[in-house]
Amino acid sequence: MSAITRDEVAHLARLSRLALADTELDHYAAQLDVIIGAVARVAEVATDDIPPSSHALPLTNVYRPDEVRRCLTPEQALAAAPAVQDSRFRVPRILGEEA
Amino acid sequence: MTTTNTVMPYDEALARFEPVIGLETHVELGTASKMFCGCPTSFGAPPNTHVCPVCLALPGALPVANDKAIESTIRIGLALNCTIAEWCRFARKNYFYPDMPKNYQISQYDEPLCTNGYLDVEVDGRTVRIEIERVHLEEDTGKSTHMGGATGRIQGADYSIVDYNRAGIPLVEIVTKPVEGTDRLAPEVAKAYVTELRELMRSLGVSDVRMEEGSLRCDVNVSLMPRGTTAWGTRTETKNVNSLRSVERAVHGEIERQAAILAEGGRIIQETRHFHEDTGATTPGRSKEEAQDYRYFPEPDLLPIAPTPEWVEELRSELPEPPTVRRRRLQAEWGVSDLDMAAMHNADAFTLVEATVTAGVPAADARKWWMGELARRANESGTALADLPITPEQIARVVALVASGALNDKLARQVLEGVLAGEGSPDEVVEARGLRIVSDEGELSSIIDQVLTANADAADKVRSGKIAAVGALVGGVMKASRGKADAGRARELILERLGVSE
Amino acid sequence: MSLTRKTAAELGALIASGEVSAVEVTQAHLDRIAEVDGEIHAFLHVAADAALEQASAIDAKRAAGERLGPLAGVPVAHKDVFTTKDMPTTAGSKILEGYRPPYDATITARLREAGLVILGKTNLDEFAMGSSTENSAYGTTHNPWDLGRIPGGSSGGSSAAVASYQAPLSTGTDTGGSIRQPAAVTGIVGMKPTYGGSSRYGVIAFASSLDTPGPFARNVLDAALLHEAFSGHDVMDTTSIHSEVPPVVEAARRGDVSGLRVGVVKEFGGEGYQAGVLARFQDSVELLESLGAKVVEVSCPSFTYALPAYYLIAPSECSSNLARFDGMRYGLRVGDDGTHSAEEVMALTRAAGFGAEVKRRIMLGTYALSSGYYDAYYGSAQKVRTLIARDFEAAFHQVDVLISPTTPTTAFPIGERADDPMAMYLADLCTIPANLAGNAAISVPCGLADEDGLPVGLQIMAPVLGDDRCYRVAAALEKAFESRWGGPLLKEAPAL
Repeated sequence: MSAITRDEVAHLARLSRLALADTELDHYAAQLDVIIGAVARVAEVATDDIPPSSHALPLTNVYRPDEVRRCLTPEQALAAAPAVQDSRFRVPRILGEEA
Repeated sequence: MTTTNTVMPYDEALARFEPVIGLETHVELGTASKMFCGCPTSFGAPPNTHVCPVCLALPGALPVANDKAIESTIRIGLALNCTIAEWCRFARKNYFYPDMPKNYQISQYDEPLCTNGYLDVEVDGRTVRIEIERVHLEEDTGKSTHMGGATGRIQGADYSIVDYNRAGIPLVEIVTKPVEGTDRLAPEVAKAYVTELRELMRSLGVSDVRMEEGSLRCDVNVSLMPRGTTAWGTRTETKNVNSLRSVERAVHGEIERQAAILAEGGRIIQETRHFHEDTGATTPGRSKEEAQDYRYFPEPDLLPIAPTPEWVEELRSELPEPPTVRRRRLQAEWGVSDLDMAAMHNADAFTLVEATVTAGVPAADARKWWMGELARRANESGTALADLPITPEQIARVVALVASGALNDKLARQVLEGVLAGEGSPDEVVEARGLRIVSDEGELSSIIDQVLTANADAADKVRSGKIAAVGALVGGVMKASRGKADAGRARELILERLGVSE
Repeated sequence: MSLTRKTAAELGALIASGEVSAVEVTQAHLDRIAEVDGEIHAFLHVAADAALEQASAIDAKRAAGERLGPLAGVPVAHKDVFTTKDMPTTAGSKILEGYRPPYDATITARLREAGLVILGKTNLDEFAMGSSTENSAYGTTHNPWDLGRIPGGSSGGSSAAVASYQAPLSTGTDTGGSIRQPAAVTGIVGMKPTYGGSSRYGVIAFASSLDTPGPFARNVLDAALLHEAFSGHDVMDTTSIHSEVPPVVEAARRGDVSGLRVGVVKEFGGEGYQAGVLARFQDSVELLESLGAKVVEVSCPSFTYALPAYYLIAPSECSSNLARFDGMRYGLRVGDDGTHSAEEVMALTRAAGFGAEVKRRIMLGTYALSSGYYDAYYGSAQKVRTLIARDFEAAFHQVDVLISPTTPTTAFPIGERADDPMAMYLADLCTIPANLAGNAAISVPCGLADEDGLPVGLQIMAPVLGDDRCYRVAAALEKAFESRWGGPLLKEAPAL
């Protein structure tokens, strides 16, 4: 049985904002199936009594003081923008939620 | 499913259903710099001037957490009687949206900094305990302006333009547990909770909590269950509720809307609804039934937060007096009735009165001005009391002028009117409008002479012993002096002139 | 001897003493780049003017009587994953083609402060994902030992630049072996410092909890000098360690192993390893013993789960880290013709801007983090991470350092594994545990494989903040090997 279906890959592509062609979906589905099958081995040793590690080292509590630092200029901030209007980043129409 | 906009009248809705409410409140912290970078947080700067590689999510930039924001969140948690986590992490909430530069929000997921607290609020003379589920820290998004559509709304817009000045401002999210048993007071309880929360934030000094600038924002959850049942109904989440009055209206409206649907045999969809400040109506947003998969995971760029018990205790010991306790203490000090306290609270006048008292005004006077003349003017102009362009210090000055006899109440009202109209300080208004009381006896005498001559009938009545008629003469003096005469002194002089004593 | 054949330490001394100018040294390397990089393709961008300008600034400082640091005026090739405000920064991706950041990475800034002359930006697998540089959107880099073979990856441009004498030093980032593996297959030294020992600020993130910048050089001392120049605490990176840089230069100069306890990782060897790699590893073990080290076998059973854990953790983090490349604020934008929504433009942009391996890992990571799969995949991988750290801890109770081959094979031919991700992933088999636990690890040349005549690397792993131990052992081996070989291994490489 395959670990991942083509439909699931299509869903992942959508979640990941990747507009993939049908042929690409097939290709990735086959490869991801092999990879997921292989990496699933981690579950063999991951017993309940082992705490997970999210970081390489067990450090805590590193903060910065609440101090204002110099910002970019609007010119610097907008320099690489694909589209600009009124000193703002112009983006295509947003569907869905109101902010 | 029904999409009609029919509503069931509130009384009928309450007769048939019991509401359960919940509130999620976002408070922008008043730190000097953003949550994860050193950009300033001040409101109203030109677009994209408060941005840097971190809050614009430029390639390679990394967040560093603001210590003041962590501290403020712990203080909020303590003030809300929460347990402070000994160890917790930030988490990434992954979803794509143009106003969120990283396309993930740094937030907290299953390890909030503060949990299990409560806030008591008073409604209608009764104390309602609102249980707090969690308080956590996250970051704000940028602001989109929608262009090309007819309404300025997102729907129908051709494109949007984004300003990231707000992106990364620290936000504290405070989530209540579902509140049951409020019955028909649900809207008032919701409003009282937000009001109390705002007072608490102010007393902690962690935020300016200005709802109109969005530094306090509310999402309101409402569900209904038929009377006699105990299983909660499906809830909706109303977003964009940005004033205290709207909180009340949103709950009220949602009860009426849901009741109509349920009464028709329809079902409530679990969804986000948007509140429209202008109409008080809500419109449907995203359906939560096709829930987003946010793929939360521990934020690897930030280290866990592990507040030491010593630090937490130190912060606890430094908490200010809770607003409810302070109000009770001041009520006793001022000798104010419960009813008057409630009136002040409802009018959002309490802190203004308090500040005015602090500025040296007797409590009764402070209350009289704020709840009387100023409340009336705020009402007339449709502004919040706190937004009137007058300060407690200016009121103190006016009250002092009255106390010294330089002004009477009527003149004082005119001075306040001048201050509100932007004519300057109380003294400047007195000067410019010539509002000082006529205390010059010579000037007063000549006015009295004119008035007695012009009102010979009334003068005769007084002479014949009908002392009550003196009121009309005093009124005449006040009128002739355009209110600037000292009415008491005028009365004395008139009686003296007419040879009558009381 | 040509200036490009000298070590960084030698060049630094020559410049400091005024025997040669920094401009001469820089020009010599720019000439070498012009001569050979057409074949190697180590550089994505050569900043000739900026480099010469910086070099003459160094010369001016010397002329003004300022004391120069040990690497002042020495050229360095900079991996194109570090932001540079005066040069394009692409991370090897089409999605950032032509992008110029408004700020320098901390390490970029420290290179400049140390007076190092940045020659340009080197090629890499897109967003540092890969083991061959074949995943670069700007063409593959070739191994100077055999132009038909890969130079390793992801920092393959940096390894090839140093191995082909285009630069005495280069920078890299190591997430699962991206410094050590390219160093091994090009016959040079590559060091992954302790996680948090070198700043990630301005390093375009692949996997935040694993990414570690580090140096490449043709010898151990040079690597230590560069390591020292750019390492140390950085307030802009919360995960950076607030402590002194371990005494790496001193350790590299000292280079002795007598009395040192060396552990051979039992799990790394045998089936799947090239015979020539195992033979050279065995030589290294014997050499260490002859130098007075005590070598024992140590078992780290969880290490066999490191590769699958890595291929869950790294893709999970990358799926989130790379979300910002959406065509809204910078970089490529595709499909903004008024008919597509922002969501569609993001998806079209990312589909066009990312290469196959990046897309594969983003989807794999998205999968591993999805509700319903999180515990089995990402959650389990995090537990394996704990187990690997425990194995290291137990091992370092017994021994001072652990050794293994750096890679199971020598450089493989270009194209051989290009569409076989699982085969490609095996290149990092031995290097990944140190990333998962945050340890220091180095790769040092240990000879040529008999069957193909290509370089083999030895990996030396030390505890967290034990970076100096890596250099100490590597330097001892280097000295012994070079006296056996009659010079550096790289002299065996064919002339270009």
